[in-house]
Amino acid sequence: METYKLTVNGQQKEVSADPGTPLLWVLREELKMTGTKYGCGIAACGACTVHLAGVATRSCVVPVSLVGNRSVDTIEAMANDPVGRMVQNAWVDQDVVQCGYCQSGQIMSAVALLKSIRKPTDKDIEESMGGNLCRCGTYVRIRAAIKAAAGELG
Amino acid sequence: MPSIRIGLLIIVLIAISSVEGTGSRHLTATARPSSSEGVAAWQQVYTVLTHPRCINCHTAGNYPQQGDDRHRHLFNVVRGPAGEGVPALQCVTCHQSANADTTGVPGAHGWHLAPLSMRWQDTNDRILSSPTVCNAVSDRSKNGDRDGAALLKHNEEEPLVLWAFNPGRRADGSLRTPPPITHDQFVAATRRWVEAGMPCPQQ
Repeated sequence: METYKLTVNGQQKEVSADPGTPLLWVLREELKMTGTKYGCGIAACGACTVHLAGVATRSCVVPVSLVGNRSVDTIEAMANDPVGRMVQNAWVDQDVVQCGYCQSGQIMSAVALLKSIRKPTDKDIEESMGGNLCRCGTYVRIRAAIKAAAGELG
Repeated sequence: MPSIRIGLLIIVLIAISSVEGTGSRHLTATARPSSSEGVAAWQQVYTVLTHPRCINCHTAGNYPQQGDDRHRHLFNVVRGPAGEGVPALQCVTCHQSANADTTGVPGAHGWHLAPLSMRWQDTNDRILSSPTVCNAVSDRSKNGDRDGAALLKHNEEEPLVLWAFNPGRRADGSLRTPPPITHDQFVAATRRWVEAGMPCPQQ
């Protein structure tokens, strides 16, 4: 076990974990931040997406030892993030969610996309969101919500 | 005076002899390999460049490949404008600065796709011939404006090149297959090829 100092949603956290422990499990099990979901465990579904230094990252495959001093932002912080708040509002307005399990990862990816491209095209959305799977098939509403949020961002 | 002149002559002759001797040793030590030796060295380099650990990110299309069978990268990963993926699905979305052996995701600093000018396969994923790859690698308009010395340095030091020889473990814990020769052998072959003037085999 090693001790790691992490900056999670702007707050300093100290955790003890095996170096190979995925960040996802540090968030969920050590820090009890369960908004980030376990889906596949092999980076194939995107449910575990968080931001590492602003970059959308699959927390299920990133060992805590490789996080370093990069800031970690999770779905729990999105309500206090200007873009995150707009995306969440658009998600509600468009009634995107079906079962909801993948949606925290979907929102984290959507926020990363909109912070990089303010007016994403359909192709931008398909490519950037292509790694986030939704077994309920809410893709059409996800696209509509991203475009609505983009409209709000101006 | 004659004895002084003879003495000076002896000193000059010794000096010339010394310089020539040094030069001869130098030439012997770094004798330029022949063109055929250079081509043979290139063939060793080619076996590395076309190994899955290297060629999987030297594709001709909009996506990288994975595995020894060089299948299309899963998860809808795409090349993106700079070969680093797209905003919410970058290479670094999964590939960190080092191998993640507990989760089976390979990593090294600056994970990215090679530019299309450095593709070593065609759009049908068929590996290009040795002469074609050789010509591309030695063409400064395609290789990132690298001369021989820069190519050698690239093969010696580039983190992604080094990664290929230490590719870590798959998700099932087994070791990924490295290229067929060691990094030292790869660098030595690159050096011989460069010293030979970067000759390419005939088409």
